[in-house]
Amino acid sequence: MTGAAHGGDDRSATARAFREEWGRVVAALARAFGDLDLAEDAAQEAFEVAARTWPQTGVPANPGAWITTTARRRAIDRLRREQARELKQRAAVARTEATWEGMDVGGDGIDDDLLRLIFMCCHPALEQHAQVALTLRLVAGLDTAAIARAFLAEETTLAQRLVRAKRKVRAAAIPLRVPDAHELPDRLAPVLAVVMLVFNEGYLATTGDALDRPDLCDEAIHLARTLLQLMPDEPEVRGLLALLLFVAARREARIGDDGALVPLPEQDRARWDGSLVAEGQALVRDCLRLGRPGPYQLHAAMNAVHADAATAADTDWVQILALHDQLQGIAPTPVGALNRAVAVAEVQGPQAALAIVEGLDLAGYHLWHATRADLFDRLGDREAAVAALRAALTRTDNDGERRLLEGRLHRWAGDVTDDRCN
Amino acid sequence: MPRYLMSVCYPAGSTAPSPEELETITGEVTEVRAQLQAEGSWVFGGGLHDPSTATVVTARDGSPVTTDGPFIDTKEVIGGLSIIDVADLDAALAWAERMSAATTCPIEVRPFFEDPSG
Repeated sequence: MTGAAHGGDDRSATARAFREEWGRVVAALARAFGDLDLAEDAAQEAFEVAARTWPQTGVPANPGAWITTTARRRAIDRLRREQARELKQRAAVARTEATWEGMDVGGDGIDDDLLRLIFMCCHPALEQHAQVALTLRLVAGLDTAAIARAFLAEETTLAQRLVRAKRKVRAAAIPLRVPDAHELPDRLAPVLAVVMLVFNEGYLATTGDALDRPDLCDEAIHLARTLLQLMPDEPEVRGLLALLLFVAARREARIGDDGALVPLPEQDRARWDGSLVAEGQALVRDCLRLGRPGPYQLHAAMNAVHADAATAADTDWVQILALHDQLQGIAPTPVGALNRAVAVAEVQGPQAALAIVEGLDLAGYHLWHATRADLFDRLGDREAAVAALRAALTRTDNDGERRLLEGRLHRWAGDVTDDRCN
Repeated sequence: MPRYLMSVCYPAGSTAPSPEELETITGEVTEVRAQLQAEGSWVFGGGLHDPSTATVVTARDGSPVTTDGPFIDTKEVIGGLSIIDVADLDAALAWAERMSAATTCPIEVRPFFEDPSG
C-alpha cells in the first residue's frame, strides 16, 4: 500500500508511519478484538485511508494515534455489520468497545501489545517458517506478495502458510502475552532466531535478482531495533542488533566487481559503513558492561574485533580465538568449532587448525570443504586443496560464493596442471 | 476456556516399565492430576491398555464390520490421556511439561473445537 499515489513528503510520511506504527496498530487491535484477521484488515484499511487523505489534510501531529483510532473505527464498523447477521457477535462488540474506551492509545500499553504480538508470532508451538511469515506480516507489515518475493517462494505457498499459522494461533489459543522471566530464555531464542533468519535471507540474496525484492536486511535490523527498544535489559537482543549492524556495514565491500564474494580479510575496509560500525561497537561496549554474555553478543564482539583492525594483518586473532573459546563453552556447535578453527589457524598455524577441522562431522557443509581447501593450500598441498574446493563447489548454489570458489579453483587448478607439465 | 487433549506418547513395542517404575510414574501422575483438580482445570483422563487390546468398528451401508487391533499402526502409541480446561496454550504447555516429567514420555497437546454448548 505504500506505493499508492500521493505527494512526496506525505508519501514518505505515510511510509514512515507505516513502518513505525504497523506492528503497534496490529498488536493493539489484536489484543482488543482477539482476532488477528480483523486486526490485520482494519490496520490495512486505516493505512489506505491515510495514504488517500493525508496529501489533502496534511500529516496529523501523532500519525500512530490517528491510524490506531481509524483502524479501531473500521474494526468496530465491521463487527457491527457482522452483528446484524450474527446475533452472537453483539456481546463481542460490547466487550471490545468497553476495552477501547479505557485504552491509552499511543502510551506504554501499545509497546506492551507489540511485544505480546512478537512473542505470539514466534511462539515455539509454531514451526519456524510460520514464525517468520507471521512476524513479517503482522509485525513488519510486509504483504504476502512481498514476503513471497523476498523468499523466492510462490505467493500461494506463503498465503497458505499464513492461513495455517493463524488457524493454529486461533485453534490452539496461542496467547498474546509476554513470557514470565523464568520462561524468557526459552521464548526469546526463537524470536532472535527469526530476526537472524530474516537478515540472513536478505544478506545471502544475490544482487542481480534482488531489485524488486524487499530488503530483508533492513527489515531485520528494524525488527532488532524495535526489540531492543522493547527489551532494553536483554543483552542478547543488544548483541543481535550489534551483530546485524556489523554484518550490514560490510555489505558493499563483500561483493567484488565480478560478482564474487570477497572474504573478510580481503575486503576494502574503506567501504565498510563507518556509522553502522560505530553503532555496533557502542552496543558491544554496553554488552560488556552488562556482563551476561550469550552467543549473539559473542558473535558481535568478534565482529567488533575485526572492525577495530585498520587492516586484516592488524586483526587481534588471539582475542577472537578467546571469544570463540567462550562461545564453544556456552553454546558448542560443529559450525562454531569450524569457525573457531579459522582463528586457530591464525594463532597456532594451519596444521593445528586442520586437525580440528578433520575431526568435525560437517561433510555436507560447503564451508567445511572451503576451510579445508584453504588450510591445505597454506600447508602447500595444492592437490588436496583443489579437491576440497571442488567438493565445496558442488555443495553451494549461492552465486557470490560460487564465483569466489570458482576463481580460486581456476587459479589453483592452473597451478596444479602447470606443476604437472613442468 | 479452551480445552486441550494431552496424550502420553511412547514408542510402540517398548518394554513396559518395571513394577517399581510404574509405581513411581503412577504416583507422580496422580499428583499432577490432583493439582489440576485443585485448580478446577481437570476434565477427564486415564491410562490406556496396550493398542493390541483395541477393536475397530466401521459402520458402512448398515452393516458394521468389527475388526481386531488398532486402526492405524504407528511407531508411537498413546498410553494415556488427560483432558484439561485452561486459559490458553501456554497454560496447557506448562501442564504438559509437568505431565511429561511425571510420565517420562513426550506429551502431545491438541486443542478441542470450541464447545458450542459452552
